[in-house]
Amino acid sequence: MSSHDAVLVPTVPPETVDRLKPPKRIEGGVMSRPRGVVITVIVALLALAWVFPLAWALVNSFRDYGYTQTNGYLSSGGWTLDNYRQAWAQGDFGLHFKNSMLITIPAVLLTLWLASMVAFVLARFSYRFNLTLLGVFLAANLLPPQALLIPVFRMFREIPLPMFMSDSGSMLNSFWSLILVNTAFQLGFCTFVLSNYMKTLPHEIYESAELDGASVWRQYWQLTMPLVRPALAALATLQFTWVYNEFFWATVLLQQGDKFPMTSALNNLRGQFFTDNNLVAAGSVIVALPVLVVFFALQKQFVSGLTLGSTKG
Amino acid sequence: MSRPRSTGALGGTSVPRSTIATMSATRRSVLRGMALSGLAVGGSGLLAACGDDGGGASSGSGATVKFGINEAQGSGPAYDRLKAIADAYTAKTDTKVSLNAVDHNTFQESINTYLQGTPDDVFTWFAGFRMSQFAESGLITDVSDQWPIDGLGDSFKQAATASDGKQYFVPISYYPWAVFYRKSVFEKNGWAAPESKDDFMSLMDDMQGKGITPFAFGDKDGWPAMGTFDILNMRLNGFDFHMGLMAGEEKWDGDEVKLVFETWKSLLPYHQEDPLGRTWQEAATSMGNGDCGMYLLGTFVVDALDESGDDLDFFTFPQLDDSIPADSLDAPIDGFCVAAAGKNQDAAKEMIKWLGSAAAADAGNEAAEAPFIAANSGASTSTYSDLQKKSAEVVGAAANIAQFMDRDTNADFASTVMIPSIQEFLKSPDDIDKITASIQEQANSILG
Amino acid sequence: MSTTDTRSTDDATRPAKAASQAPRQGRAKKLPTRDRLVVIAMVAIPTFLVVALVWLPAVGSVLLSFTKWNGFGGLDTIEWVGFQNYQDVVTIYPPFWPAIRHNLIWLLFLFIFPTLLGMLLAVILDRDMKGGRLYQTAFYMPVVLSLALIGFIWQLFYSRDQGLINQVFHSEVDWYGDPNINLWAVLIATSWRHTGYIMLLYLAGLKGVDGTLREAAAVDGASEVRTFFHVIFPVMRPINLIVLVIVVIESLRAFDLVWVINKGRNGLEIIAALVSQNVIGEATRYGFGSALAVIMMLISSVFITIYLRIVFREERQR
Repeated sequence: MSSHDAVLVPTVPPETVDRLKPPKRIEGGVMSRPRGVVITVIVALLALAWVFPLAWALVNSFRDYGYTQTNGYLSSGGWTLDNYRQAWAQGDFGLHFKNSMLITIPAVLLTLWLASMVAFVLARFSYRFNLTLLGVFLAANLLPPQALLIPVFRMFREIPLPMFMSDSGSMLNSFWSLILVNTAFQLGFCTFVLSNYMKTLPHEIYESAELDGASVWRQYWQLTMPLVRPALAALATLQFTWVYNEFFWATVLLQQGDKFPMTSALNNLRGQFFTDNNLVAAGSVIVALPVLVVFFALQKQFVSGLTLGSTKG
Repeated sequence: MSRPRSTGALGGTSVPRSTIATMSATRRSVLRGMALSGLAVGGSGLLAACGDDGGGASSGSGATVKFGINEAQGSGPAYDRLKAIADAYTAKTDTKVSLNAVDHNTFQESINTYLQGTPDDVFTWFAGFRMSQFAESGLITDVSDQWPIDGLGDSFKQAATASDGKQYFVPISYYPWAVFYRKSVFEKNGWAAPESKDDFMSLMDDMQGKGITPFAFGDKDGWPAMGTFDILNMRLNGFDFHMGLMAGEEKWDGDEVKLVFETWKSLLPYHQEDPLGRTWQEAATSMGNGDCGMYLLGTFVVDALDESGDDLDFFTFPQLDDSIPADSLDAPIDGFCVAAAGKNQDAAKEMIKWLGSAAAADAGNEAAEAPFIAANSGASTSTYSDLQKKSAEVVGAAANIAQFMDRDTNADFASTVMIPSIQEFLKSPDDIDKITASIQEQANSILG
Repeated sequence: MSTTDTRSTDDATRPAKAASQAPRQGRAKKLPTRDRLVVIAMVAIPTFLVVALVWLPAVGSVLLSFTKWNGFGGLDTIEWVGFQNYQDVVTIYPPFWPAIRHNLIWLLFLFIFPTLLGMLLAVILDRDMKGGRLYQTAFYMPVVLSLALIGFIWQLFYSRDQGLINQVFHSEVDWYGDPNINLWAVLIATSWRHTGYIMLLYLAGLKGVDGTLREAAAVDGASEVRTFFHVIFPVMRPINLIVLVIVVIESLRAFDLVWVINKGRNGLEIIAALVSQNVIGEATRYGFGSALAVIMMLISSVFITIYLRIVFREERQR
């Protein structure tokens, strides 16, 4: 332990004596002052370093490309809002934002709904196949999507959809394909977290529900679901960012520029404005905004949800 | 990260009939022999062809043609031209054209899934081996009933012809690959475009003496260095060998190809270091700001410089072997195809014919800040920059025109073997034997 | 996989029997028929989706890996070539072995550097530090950004001729281009995002640790380090698991970043990028690409197995 102490115990001389004895001031992890200051400074510096890349992109998104080309990025000046104006207009981000929402929201809802059903069965009953089932879902979650591309693509091409559902007449090039693929890939993780969470619910509630003659569906829908709301909220946040950011499937399964979600649209912007980093920076900020907003708005719920889901169990 | 528009084009020359005749033995050679080149000078998107989706005149007014274009909305002159062409078609025929604008790279990389999925009726593509491959696979429609097209000569018709002897493509523009430089920089230093290998070497030495890197060079995206390979191979081994090599008829591990790499290796000290981390746009910037004296690239180099290009000039790569005249170059052609899976075949054919017309080219060029070099000889050249006028002359005077490597050879081979192999060479220029042997092994597996 | 599926369904149809063998949670009583059907549906629908969109395609990729096919034309144009593709991959495909090495480095690096830093930050920020919330926010802001975006943001630093690092230090290092350096440059960019992720997860875990445990430990006179390792860490077991999953998932997803930078070439070869180079984009070596994909699946399955074993052990202990 002595080496650990050397790191964690204050180096102020009077306290060296204490090193031999357990420090008495530790309560709930409140730090002693000098060490606290050092650590605070280090953490503060690290935090600054962490913010810097984004800040740098943000700053340069407000700068004129010609100016930074001529004067270098270390200069100051050339401030402009034009990058945003141009990116918004040329990237057609209004449309792509709508596309993103049309893909992301149904995918997240569907994922949570399906995952919660499986999780409920896994948590509520102890069937012999429980572990196998969990394995099937979890392993699917971990398989690399690139490895499945060709068969998935051919399959979607062969599945017809009525024109009112997809103007391509098939699953390919429709939002449906993306919703389903994203759902299939995210189910494993959500099922896992939710079933863990559900197992923390006291079993007595089901016993009394059964005495009341509640059906399995009611036990799931009316009893369990309201109780796992924090976990659902947490997962919804996480899934929203994941699906929103997903870009591999969107790129290969959609073929019409006007169907692309935000991330692929950003890629479009990168392709076209290859010379104008500052313009792409502006587009990037636009693309990042929705997830940043969601994340910060639901931050608290996110943390508490994960906490509940993962630490009791 | 963006792929140059040029990538896609194949060049055909306007002059190379003899080539066509010689090469016609194989289907690949047919393509190669086509000569055309397109020049995309001004606009960034030059390469792209314009398309229109228009319509179906045959289906009567009010029909809709879906038109897939490889330029996203707002991408500059390239998009503007295509849009204007589509609009002009609607105005002329009352056929509605519904544009599907996709980023250039994305469009190109998803072309396989696109054509096998639910493609638009008419789409932008390039002349060359790849187009012929689509034709063989039945992915694009025979449009030979729309040829001949007024103003498009035999060489363009050849470029539009696949291995079965039928036309599947309609060209709209072309552009050459050449050595670009700043006029002002050359004037200030008293330099002139080299006429011979000796001139060329002493020019480069002089540049180095003045602290200027002779050649800007970037190959982060993997394809730009193919242009260097192409031109060295054409200069050292001749056009026919180059085309045979692309066709898989010559060996990659033979002395000829080794000579190309050896020569390239000896020229590397005159190039910017560390090309693998630099995009062509960044390399162009180095040439633009005077750090480098020259840059071997397509005319789309102008796009990266954010200027009109008035201070730019170019020369074709000088002769390296006394017995091989410097009359060949890469000059890719852009244009349109009709997708076999498109729903409106008749209207699409109708439209693609119009797309090859001088009127289509003019409609595009009038609407955009920067014109392309029209394939159609009847198109107006009044909007051309000096650079474009010169490009048209140079391409017209060339005896042989190649398409770019990734258009002249099997796409699988170009992208999964040649890109990494050339990059490997640039990393380890001393490993020529190993690299050429590896290329040949993989060529056997892919092409065999 | 389909057998698994069938078996699960079978089991679901006779829950009473299954339950009787594992009566811990499930009721030993027989469910009414309607409930039984509901249970079946609840499991079968999601399972169908996963099997159809993940496991069947996985099988499809395995089959394709023994063929040569360019994707044009129907399935009848597929040519059976046996193990040829695998042989080519390991013998004459130069990027393969570097890719294997890079993937391993990637996983190890993520486990060692950002994961530990994230844990450390979580432990520190778990205290009532002034401005702690602000710091936390700073660290996990990158988490919500897409990897494509991150590739671009770091390009602003790494670009050889225009990047910030070289402009500040007047250096000429080719961060994304030099094959000896670029993997590490990319790993740092990845860590920028990954550290915050891990920190967030551990922070969540730590917040869930009952304060009284800590107090009890303090009363016992345990040092902070001891408290952490002997009291807190074990309580966070489920979080450790989640972290494990996420590290593996994220390493496999590394694709996006590398793809955006240089399509996984020149020092950044990773298996996912090699697969993509061969099957999307202009190349359509479906058989060869599938062989790479299968190798990738095999490698993943090593980690998946390890992971599942841990999960299952955990589950059985419940």
